Amino acid sequence: MIAATLAFYLFSALAIVGALNVIFQRNPVHSVLWLIFTFFNAAGLFVLLGAEFVAMILVIVYVGAVAVLFLFVVMMLDINITMVREGFLKYLPVGLLVGGILLAELITVFAGWVMSDSADVLRAAPAPDPSDIGNTEALGLILYTDYIYVFQAAGIILLVAMIGSIVLTHRTRAGVRKQVIGEQNARRPSDTLEVVKVESGKGLQ
Amino acid sequence: MVVSLSHYLIVAGVLFTLGIFGIFLNRKNLIVILMSIELMLLAVNINFIAFSAFLGDLVGQIFTLLVLTVAAAEAAIGLAIVVVFYRAHRSIAVEDINELKG
Repeated sequence: MIAATLAFYLFSALAIVGALNVIFQRNPVHSVLWLIFTFFNAAGLFVLLGAEFVAMILVIVYVGAVAVLFLFVVMMLDINITMVREGFLKYLPVGLLVGGILLAELITVFAGWVMSDSADVLRAAPAPDPSDIGNTEALGLILYTDYIYVFQAAGIILLVAMIGSIVLTHRTRAGVRKQVIGEQNARRPSDTLEVVKVESGKGLQ
Repeated sequence: MVVSLSHYLIVAGVLFTLGIFGIFLNRKNLIVILMSIELMLLAVNINFIAFSAFLGDLVGQIFTLLVLTVAAAEAAIGLAIVVVFYRAHRSIAVEDINELKG
């Protein structure tokens, strides 16, 4: 019990330190690395809560895909780091004001959260006993049955995002000779070939 | 010293606030703003998982998967737009993005 409590405080403190560094790092590459650090600690919090599958998905999807995508883009663009801090102090007071008010409101709401007694009855998919059936299997049992449309919609969202980002970043550059498959397929033998009857003894002139 | 639901919710609240704070502060770099949005989505995910665990309801975890999907799609599209904008203007500062005059 005490180990779980200590782990909670460790993971949450490190996650908050990571988030602070994401914001305050001067170099965007360092920001991305701190973002990865934050996601690892959030995955630790998820494991503490018994959601192992989502924790592993968080590490795979975020660290393996999204953060690496961020890294690629940060390194592709030539960002002037000295300019990045301009206007930082200008926006600091209003940022602190809005952030402080929001944090105070969130803590006021969350600190005294009490679950209603009738909440148990209203559960849509009660979690089975963890010693009975694992978290991943339990999730799969409802994800592919009751929530199949949600699952399919997620797939469509990813497909649209993939097509969208390819269409957005694709460009045709001048002076690059590329294969045009349509033109190749449209070519007929009559466009390029001519059959000539050659008379014997005369040849072609 | 039992960790209660409120502890997790407050951690999520702090992360969310830091995300908002990051959007306010980093006006010269659109990529850090996108990272701040990722932080806010992470805070939402922590909320979902905490409620799911303390209520014993698996739907929260299903929705976390959906939020993860949307976050990944949003990052891909957002970064594609950043790349296209950088090609056209050689800058990703927020004040340069004013062509729509909105």
